[in-house]
Amino acid sequence: MKISDMFQEVYLGISSNKIRSGLTMLGIVIGIASVIAMLSIGGGAKAQIENNIQAIGSNLLMVMPGAQRGIGASVNAGRGTAQTLTIEDSEALKNAPGVDSVAPESSQRYQITVAGKNTNTQTIGTTPAYMNVRNVSVELGSFFTDTQVASRSKVAVIGPTTLIDLFGEGANPVGQRIRIKGMEFTIVGVTAAKGGSGFSNSDDVVIVPISTMSTFLSGSKNISTIGIKAVDQESMTLAQEEITALLLARHNIPSPDNADFSVLNQSDLVDAVSSVTDTFTALLASIAGISLLVGGIGIMNMMLTTVTERTREIGLRQAIGAERIEIISQFLGEAVLLTLMGGFLGIVMGYGISRVISSLMQTPTVVSWSSITLAFGVSAAIGLIFGFYPARQAAQLNPIQALRYE
Amino acid sequence: MIEIRDIIKEYTNGKEKTRVLKEVSFQIQKGEFVAIMGPSGSGKSTLMHIIGALDTPTSGTYLLDGQDLSELPADDLARIRKAKIGFVFQAFHLLPRATVLRNVILPLIYAKVGSEERAKRAKQALLDAGLDETHHLHLSNQLSGGQMQRVAIARALVNDPAIILADEPTGNLDSKTGDLVLETFKKLHDQGRTVVLITHEPYVAEHAERIIVIRDGMIVEDRKNTKL
Repeated sequence: MKISDMFQEVYLGISSNKIRSGLTMLGIVIGIASVIAMLSIGGGAKAQIENNIQAIGSNLLMVMPGAQRGIGASVNAGRGTAQTLTIEDSEALKNAPGVDSVAPESSQRYQITVAGKNTNTQTIGTTPAYMNVRNVSVELGSFFTDTQVASRSKVAVIGPTTLIDLFGEGANPVGQRIRIKGMEFTIVGVTAAKGGSGFSNSDDVVIVPISTMSTFLSGSKNISTIGIKAVDQESMTLAQEEITALLLARHNIPSPDNADFSVLNQSDLVDAVSSVTDTFTALLASIAGISLLVGGIGIMNMMLTTVTERTREIGLRQAIGAERIEIISQFLGEAVLLTLMGGFLGIVMGYGISRVISSLMQTPTVVSWSSITLAFGVSAAIGLIFGFYPARQAAQLNPIQALRYE
Repeated sequence: MIEIRDIIKEYTNGKEKTRVLKEVSFQIQKGEFVAIMGPSGSGKSTLMHIIGALDTPTSGTYLLDGQDLSELPADDLARIRKAKIGFVFQAFHLLPRATVLRNVILPLIYAKVGSEERAKRAKQALLDAGLDETHHLHLSNQLSGGQMQRVAIARALVNDPAIILADEPTGNLDSKTGDLVLETFKKLHDQGRTVVLITHEPYVAEHAERIIVIRDGMIVEDRKNTKL
């Protein structure tokens, strides 16, 4: 039998009992749709988290102060509570191998006021290198300069969220004055929006020169973080090692185990988060996979019924010269066509479900090509696996008994 | 063309062996119209299955066009049936939800005949079997019994087989349509085709030129039909 004829026979076989074929297919449709939807939720969550991490800055290393140790080392306060990093440390890291730029950051929350409005927000003291390290760009006006840092100018760059809180949407605040902790600052620029990233919204921020911060606001030379941008992805490990060695030497600490700081690598964070979302996705998909398995059993059940019902037809086909492989191909073809059509509809439906979930629950979903390919592959495989036994039953019928079957 | 030599067919049911055919031998020449007649349980169906390459004998030889079919495996027998044998069954065995034309085309699909050629041949076969074009696109379950059997006859001869093998072709028909169907076989015979009719009814057998009577697995009579 030619392939095109086989396809026609297979189609006639399925369409001869549309309700039963449709219901059986529904099992596969639901299974595939739920797998696609679950994978899209997992994929969306992963993409969102990775975006947020990327928004913090790429090739980013962060040096945080270590935990403040109580006497006798029995009680540890949280990481980052010790005040061990200084602006000088940050300066010293600039020339370390693999390092592109370094920005010291000292951050505190202060009350900000302007013409009767006020807000409480994160105030960061830093240098212009912050833009490069943290992937920040300026939308209105400009960032403050190194000269302004050196001269302890009272200038500020504000984030777009802070802009809205203080001046309203679309206002141009450049040149206007705000009060931070009661002291007057001139706004020189507004950063471009980066999108919210959970609790640390990088758009709700006021950035001032670090020298101004330590002199007028915090009164301390200690800094909370040193942000470092590595030259590229490959040099991150090198930079991390060099920074650790350099800071250990500066702090006179002989063993890395006693370090009073820690160096965090952004890609470690991405890996950790990815592995969590991967597990989460796998869990969701395997639950959906169970419904796919049930759908497959439905296919097998239907095909076995079909083979029994069509025993006389099979006998006739054998009598007019159908070979065993042609009988197997026909019934296997019916099972595979059903699951493929079910798979196609399932992909469409799964895509629809993921769109509905996105809009109802405000979570992004991503239907990836790999999940679509996987769904097609799995549905074809289900057809082959669950269709094989019934098809073989059909081909093994004895034509004489099949023709007489009542 | 058909040569049956000392054919024995035994079935084993547990320990018990039943010998259904006991050394049957005969020949059928090309173009003959033969009826194989016998009561139920005589072994005529078993004989038909062997002639039709649906089954193989326990011992003995069966030559069809000089080829020995007695020990061929299942798929080789399927190929022989496809090329050389046209079946007509008592229960018609049409595909119910397919058109008349599709039913007749089916053997040509398995024989890998191109679609234009097979439509042409199927239409001619239907005309030869006495079914005019108005019915060709009807679904086969919309037809009367007599029409169904003619579709089955058309299907049997569409492949231009060496033998047309009809198993009780009138068994499900009333006597009037039965006569029309038997008339059709006669016409096919007149066109030079070889027709083998298996029946238990002497009346049906009387339409053939030669009658082989089988009883208890043995041929008891093999005669020319003088009543024609």
